[in-house]
Amino acid sequence: MTLSDFVTARAAGGPHVSRAARASRLSGLVMAAGAALLAALPFLVFSTVTDTLVNLFVLVALASMWNLLAGFGGLVSVGQQAYVGIGAYTVIALADLGVQPYLAVPLAALTCAVFAVPTSWLAFRLRGDYFAVGTWVIAEVYRLLVVRVDSLGGGSGKGLTGLSGLDQTLRGALTYWIALALALATIAGCYLLLRGRLGLSLMAVRDEETAAGSAGIDVGRAKRLVYLVSAAGCGAAGGVITVSSLSVNPDAIFSVQWSAYMIFIVVIGGIGFIEGPLIGALVFFTMQQFLADYGSWYLVVLGAVGIAVALWLPGGLWGLVRSRTGLSLFPVGYHVRRPDVRE
Amino acid sequence: MAALLRLDGVTKSFGRVTVAEKLTLSVEAGEALGIVGPNGAGKSSLFAMISGDLRPDGGAVWFGGREVTGAPPYARTRAGIGRTYQVPRPFEHLTVFENVLVCAHQGAGLRGGRAQAHAMDVLERTGLAALANTPGGRLTLLQRKRLEVARAVGTAPRLLLLDEVSGGLTEPEVAELVAVVRGLHADGLAVVWIEHVVHALVKTVGRMVCLAGGAVVADGEPMRVLADPKVRELYLGGGPETETTTGEEERP
Repeated sequence: MTLSDFVTARAAGGPHVSRAARASRLSGLVMAAGAALLAALPFLVFSTVTDTLVNLFVLVALASMWNLLAGFGGLVSVGQQAYVGIGAYTVIALADLGVQPYLAVPLAALTCAVFAVPTSWLAFRLRGDYFAVGTWVIAEVYRLLVVRVDSLGGGSGKGLTGLSGLDQTLRGALTYWIALALALATIAGCYLLLRGRLGLSLMAVRDEETAAGSAGIDVGRAKRLVYLVSAAGCGAAGGVITVSSLSVNPDAIFSVQWSAYMIFIVVIGGIGFIEGPLIGALVFFTMQQFLADYGSWYLVVLGAVGIAVALWLPGGLWGLVRSRTGLSLFPVGYHVRRPDVRE
Repeated sequence: MAALLRLDGVTKSFGRVTVAEKLTLSVEAGEALGIVGPNGAGKSSLFAMISGDLRPDGGAVWFGGREVTGAPPYARTRAGIGRTYQVPRPFEHLTVFENVLVCAHQGAGLRGGRAQAHAMDVLERTGLAALANTPGGRLTLLQRKRLEVARAVGTAPRLLLLDEVSGGLTEPEVAELVAVVRGLHADGLAVVWIEHVVHALVKTVGRMVCLAGGAVVADGEPMRVLADPKVRELYLGGGPETETTTGEEERP
């Protein structure tokens, strides 16, 4: 394309079309301020608060990744714990080899993306319910393989080396920051991914898969890409869990409970919206804090809330907000501005 | 010149139901072909095999001089086959503009401002420009039918497959849609149009094919095909609907 072509193209499309945005500039400022405040928290509050918030950030990251997978790729997986586990064990193994554990977290994401390629060949042969069950089985297979490796601690798990030299306060703050960075990176990643041409394709696939194929979208490729991104994000989350807990247990890290959390958060927050996992994680985290003392009643209440939202609020909490106010914190759409176009 | 689209002895059956029996059919570039036939004649299956949603058991499908029998739908769309669905399948959470824009990106291979300008142009032509910011899920039936056409045209096709775009519409609505299709065909786009509302077809197509039991019963000039005794018999002596009533109800 020559420069003049480019200018004409801009002139033809540019002035009429803007990226859909209502109050997005203001919300962008508010979010940036919020992120800055969160980043400053280790200087402002006791470490018990920041230690708890690490869990919230991990939940935000995991839920965002599941939302990308199921809400945009239509891939309902109950096996993302496979990547939580592989990510966690990658950090353990790399730390044993002398890699600084915090630096091992992004490498854990990379490792999971690599593992996700052959896994997707297998899992993508299955559809719908079979895909869901299949991913769970695959996660179990990964757990069974890991416990056979003695150098990774076998069935009893292993502690993380490489962080013992650090001052406890500094370690707490670093862990907090890396968890915050993970949460922000997953949200920003989802936003940037969905804002591009690929994002529009993914939203079309989400809405109508058959028609998406006829629109010229390579549905299989789009799905495989979100699967890889989601695996990488869950792997980084697994790495953060490890640097936070300083040890790993195979039964806990490969537990299907992670998938249950992700699904619950996304369903109550609003599937198919970037904002959904954020709201859902906040609600879930708050309920966890208040109901933790009530034992099994905690699970009963969680289940009841999940069922109630699924029945009466199919768009989740953010779906409700959006339909009432039209608000969008992360505008990924297009808005045609012309006098003859209805608002 | 070689035909734009050619089906060569295409066969397809679901168990004991045969939807295509050694079907051979050609469409020239820029031609407008109407397809009629009773329910279960294999009309929609024929489209599915041309667009790639369905794979034939035997035979070959050629498009633009290349065999596409095993090619997936997205590859055929990019090669220049645009299709609509009988029951509209809008991207419900995308706006009308985005519905067409994604086709301009992925089907027509356009980017940035060019893709946007193309999408807007298609919306003008299909009478949807005023609804550009409306979500696909909020459209009326006529608007959904128009959006089906707009999306197919958005992929910049050489061949447009229309599957009962008039079904369920009122008479004035059918007339509006016929005008849209005539305009597209006048610009050189080849059209293959399945329709129960035969009078809508007769106004637009230069050739008509009648299908029954997955085979061609008659092929030729529209009025002759409609007058053919074999065709009239298929429609229980009454002939295809030539009155103002519409096809099957399919309001969502």
